[in-house]
Amino acid sequence: MGLTYQSTGPASLWKTAGVKTDSQRHFVIALAGNPNTGKSTIFNRLTGLKQHTGNWPGKTVALAKGSYNYRDSKFMVVDLPGTYSLFTNSAEEEIARDFICFGQPHVTVVVLDSTCLERNLNLALQILEITRKAVICLNLIDEAERKKIKIDGPGLANLLKVPVIETNARAGAGLGELKAAIYRVAKDDSVKNPFKINYDEQIEKALALLEPRVKETAGTRINARWAALRLLEGDKNILHALNRYPDSTSLPNGVWSELLRDAQQCAGLDGVEVQDLIAEGIVKQAETLFSETTVFGPGQQTSLDRKIDDILTSKTWGIPIMLALLGVVFWITIKGANYPSGLLASGFGYLEAELTHVLLAWNCPAWLYGILVPGIYKTLTWVVSVMLPPMAIFFPLFTLLEDLGYLPRVAFNMDNFFKKACAHGKQVLTMCMGFGCNAAGVIACRIIDSPRERLIATVTNNFVPCNGRFPLLIVLASIFIAGNTGPFRSLWAALSILAAVVLGIALTLIISRILSKTILKGMPSSFTLELPPYRKPQIGRIVIRSILDRTLFVLSRAVIVAAPAGMVIWLMANISLGDSSILHYCAGILHPFARLLGLDGFILMAFILGLPANEIVLPILIMSYLSQGVMLEPDNLIMVRQLLLDNGWTWLTAVCMMLFVLNHWPCGTTLLTIRKETQSLKWTVFSFLIPTVTGMIVCFVVAQTARLCGLA
Amino acid sequence: MKEKIIPLHLLPTGSSGRVKELRSLDGMRRRLLDLGFINGTVVESLRRSPFGDPTAYQIRGAVIALRSEEASRILVERV
Repeated sequence: MGLTYQSTGPASLWKTAGVKTDSQRHFVIALAGNPNTGKSTIFNRLTGLKQHTGNWPGKTVALAKGSYNYRDSKFMVVDLPGTYSLFTNSAEEEIARDFICFGQPHVTVVVLDSTCLERNLNLALQILEITRKAVICLNLIDEAERKKIKIDGPGLANLLKVPVIETNARAGAGLGELKAAIYRVAKDDSVKNPFKINYDEQIEKALALLEPRVKETAGTRINARWAALRLLEGDKNILHALNRYPDSTSLPNGVWSELLRDAQQCAGLDGVEVQDLIAEGIVKQAETLFSETTVFGPGQQTSLDRKIDDILTSKTWGIPIMLALLGVVFWITIKGANYPSGLLASGFGYLEAELTHVLLAWNCPAWLYGILVPGIYKTLTWVVSVMLPPMAIFFPLFTLLEDLGYLPRVAFNMDNFFKKACAHGKQVLTMCMGFGCNAAGVIACRIIDSPRERLIATVTNNFVPCNGRFPLLIVLASIFIAGNTGPFRSLWAALSILAAVVLGIALTLIISRILSKTILKGMPSSFTLELPPYRKPQIGRIVIRSILDRTLFVLSRAVIVAAPAGMVIWLMANISLGDSSILHYCAGILHPFARLLGLDGFILMAFILGLPANEIVLPILIMSYLSQGVMLEPDNLIMVRQLLLDNGWTWLTAVCMMLFVLNHWPCGTTLLTIRKETQSLKWTVFSFLIPTVTGMIVCFVVAQTARLCGLA
Repeated sequence: MKEKIIPLHLLPTGSSGRVKELRSLDGMRRRLLDLGFINGTVVESLRRSPFGDPTAYQIRGAVIALRSEEASRILVERV
C-alpha cells in the first residue's frame, strides 16, 4: 500500500489520472460507488464519453476519465473502480481511497444502489468520513420504486449534511439536478467537517488521545480523526504520509509508535479488535441511517428475483437452462455470421479489383503492388470479414445476458468446479467470452476481484477455442473425422468438435490447478460473489455499447497486428532463396520437429504465420501446398481434402492439427491484450508458453503413441 | 444454548441465523465486515448452487454467495 504523500499528492494523482486543473473554473470530480450501482452509466451520462459500463463487479479497473461543462465551469470526472469498501487492501480499493483522500478532488460523487441502500451506505460513510465535499446519488431509484422501497432523500441529506440526488441514470432522469448539486458543492468554499461516526467507547477513548497529536503534525491538510483511526487500525503507511507533509512538524517514527501504544493500552485495544470495532461502527451507523430513511411498502420486494433464481439456479433446471442459453448464443453467432461474412468478403474483393486497377494505372512496381494488395490489403480484409460478423453478433447477445443480471448466476452455478481447480467461479464467464474472442475474454478477466484468480483466468483463457478457431475445427472434423460418406457423418463431426471443446475446458481446469499450486502459489485470494437483482435490459444501449466498446476495440487491435503480418506473409511466399521461397525453406527446417508432433513443416509454418489471427491458418496452408504466392479460400471441402491427402495427410495429421488448434500460442491480438491488462511482459510470455508447451506435449504423445501402436 | 451456535455453511437453506462470531482473517475478514457480517446481523441462507457449493445468503438487503470454507468461519445462532 503505497500511501506516500509524494506519490499520492493531488498534483501527481491528477497527473496520473491525466487531469489538469489550472483555474477556479476547473474542478475535479471523483465518482465512487459499489459495483453494480450503475456508476459507469452515470459517468457516461455526465461526460458523454463512450466507455463500456457493464454491471460486473470491478469492471472499471483503470481510471476512466471524461469532462463536461456546466454553466461557467469545466468539470473533469474521474471514474474510480467500483468497490465495497476503502479498506480491504485490494488494488482497486487502494486507488479509490488514495484518490479521494490524497487526490483531494473538489467534489466526490458517491453513487448508491437505491435497492440495496443499507450495504451501499457503508461505502458512503467511509467516504464522508474523509470529506464532506460530496454529493450522494441515489441511483436506480426507479428499480427501488418498483420494489416498493421508499427512501426519504431530504431526510438522508439532512442526516448526512450533503446533497442527496435521486437519479435513474439509464433513462437520464435526475442528471440535471446532479450536475447542479455538483456545481454548488464545487463552488462552496466554506470549510466543512467530515461526517462523524460514533464508535465504540474504547475507540473513542483512544481517539481522544491520538487525534490532537495528529492535528499538530498534519494541520488541516488531512482530517485528524480519520488519520487517527487509520493509525489505530495499524495502517503504517499513514505514518509515512503524515511525516511527508512538507510543512509538518514531523515526529520521528519511534515517537509515533510509542504514542500509538499508549493510546491502545489506555483504551485496552489490540490490532484485530480495533479493525472489527471500526468496521462495526460504520455498519451500525449505516443500519441506523437506513432504518431512519427507508420504508418498505406492502408486498414482498424481493419475491420476483427469488422466484427467478428458484428456476435459474435450481438443481434440476440450473445447468440445462445455462447450457441451452449459451448454446443458443453460439449457434446464432456461427449460423448468423456466414452471410454477412460472405457479403463483406465479396465487397472487399470488388474493392481489391478496383485498387489493382488504380495501382496498375499508376505504374506501380510489381513488388510494391504485391506487398500492398495481395499482402497487406488481402490479409487485413480477410481478418475483418471473418472476425467482424461473429463478434458483432456474439458481443451484443452476451452483453444482453450481462445486462439482465444472468451472468453472476452462471458463476454461481459453476463455481464448484472452479473451486476444485483453485480458481474463481467468474472464470466461467471469461471462458464464455473466450469462445467469442480470447482477447475479449482476457479483458473480461477484470471482473475477477482477487489478483491470483484473475491471473489464472487470463493465462488460461486461450484454452477455449475462439470464433476464429471454431471454423478450423469444423473443417478438419468434417473432412477427416467424419469422412465423406456414411449416414452419421455430421454427427461424428459434431461429436469430435464437442470433444475438442470439452478437452479445452478440462485443460483449463487442470492447468489452473497446476498454476495455483506452482508459480501462482501463495498470492492472496478471496471469494465473495454478489448476485445482483435482475434488471430490465436496455436493448439500444446494449447494441451500441457492445459494438463500439467491444467489437470495434478488438477489431482495431486485430487490424494493428494483421497489417504488418500480411506484408511478412507475402514477402515470405514470394521471395526466393535458391529455387524455393522463404516460406518453403522455413517449412523445410521446421519439418523434422513438426513430424514429431504429428504435423508437417507447412502446418507449423502456417500456425506461426497465422499469429495475427487464427482464421488465416488454413488459407496460408493451402497457399503453401499449392506453392502459390497468395492466400486461398477453402471453398470446396472435397478439393481441400484431396489436396491435404496429396500432401501426405492421414487421420492422425488431422487429429494432431485439431489438438494444436486448441492448444497453441494465443493470437497476436490476445497477446497484445494480455500485455495491456497484466502490465507485465513476464505474464505475457507465460501466456504464450503455457498453451504452446501443453499443445506440443499433447500432440507428441498422441502422434508417437499412434505410430508405436501402428495405427498410423 | 451452546448447540444452537453453528457455522454458517451448516445453516439449512430457508432458515436464518444471527452472526455471533467471525473467524475469517485478513482481507476476507474485512470484506465480510464491509458486507455487513457483524455481530447480531441476521443472515438468511437462500439456496445452494446446483453442485452443492457455494451458497447464496441474504444479508442487509443484498444476496452474496460464499463458499463453504468461508461460510464455515462465520458462526451463527439459529433464529
